[in-house]
Amino acid sequence: MIFVTTGTQLPFPALVDAVAAMANKLDERIIAQVGPDKTYRPDIDSFDHLDPDRYEAFFARARLVVAHAGIGTVLSAIKHQKPLVIMPRRFELGEHRNDHQNATARELEGRQGIYVARTEREIASYLLRNDLVPPNQGSSPKSAQLIGYLQKYIESAA
Amino acid sequence: MTLVTKKILAIASAGGHWHQLMALRPAFATGKVHYATTLRGLPEQFGLTSASLIPDCNRSTPFRAALCTFILAGLILWHRPNVIVSTGALPGVIGLALGKFLGAETIWIDSVANAEELSSSGRLAKRFAKLCLSQWEMPARKSGAAYAGSVL
Repeated sequence: MIFVTTGTQLPFPALVDAVAAMANKLDERIIAQVGPDKTYRPDIDSFDHLDPDRYEAFFARARLVVAHAGIGTVLSAIKHQKPLVIMPRRFELGEHRNDHQNATARELEGRQGIYVARTEREIASYLLRNDLVPPNQGSSPKSAQLIGYLQKYIESAA
Repeated sequence: MTLVTKKILAIASAGGHWHQLMALRPAFATGKVHYATTLRGLPEQFGLTSASLIPDCNRSTPFRAALCTFILAGLILWHRPNVIVSTGALPGVIGLALGKFLGAETIWIDSVANAEELSSSGRLAKRFAKLCLSQWEMPARKSGAAYAGSVL
């Protein structure tokens, strides 16, 4: 199963359409959480919003997750050990209030298990690959640093 | 010196902000933590029992922001946290502002999504947070926030 998620705040039809266009080439179910997007797409099962339980359940069952470049999604992919294809929302196309997803995608590009797609064609090629690997699990040195710093700060706080 | 368990109020809106707060949970392990978030069912998903639901708000929802302020003020007066920590967004800023006013230690961790400049909530939070962290070096340098690692 392929799980598509665009977050709940804004629609991201370019991403959902890119996956839906591949439905007939993929012999698997596509489940999408599309946000406020009323487009009817017969080839995929879409939900505007998923409560946390179902979101986690779909995430856990997915072979591959395709998403906007949202940090929540990236952290979920690390937690659930799922290969993740991200497409940054672009400000100039009215897909977000600013261009921060582009910055996020640039920073994450090249990390194990995180695949950045900037076009419909790149999404399509990732969907057809069967060699995508999950992200690195466990605490990165940077996250251990942040947690350690906060812990000390809180302990020494008045 | 006697080690007193710190009471911590940890605030994050649902979505990426919440996920980052959850990733930082080990940092609060020595304290007694109460969580506040904006989506029903989210704390249970992460096995948290001490948690409250607060209204989500942003700059274009002043009425909800007022409601959120009122509810957070109640939470802070009830729990009397020593430390208030937030990863965003606006509800967290409100929590820190109230916390500063009521004498709590205040910590803001700007979302890792903001790799180029501090988020708009972060810029606001900086006025109320005793410790303001960015998770990237560049926005930290530009804004005067501190950098001490990131959740990624």
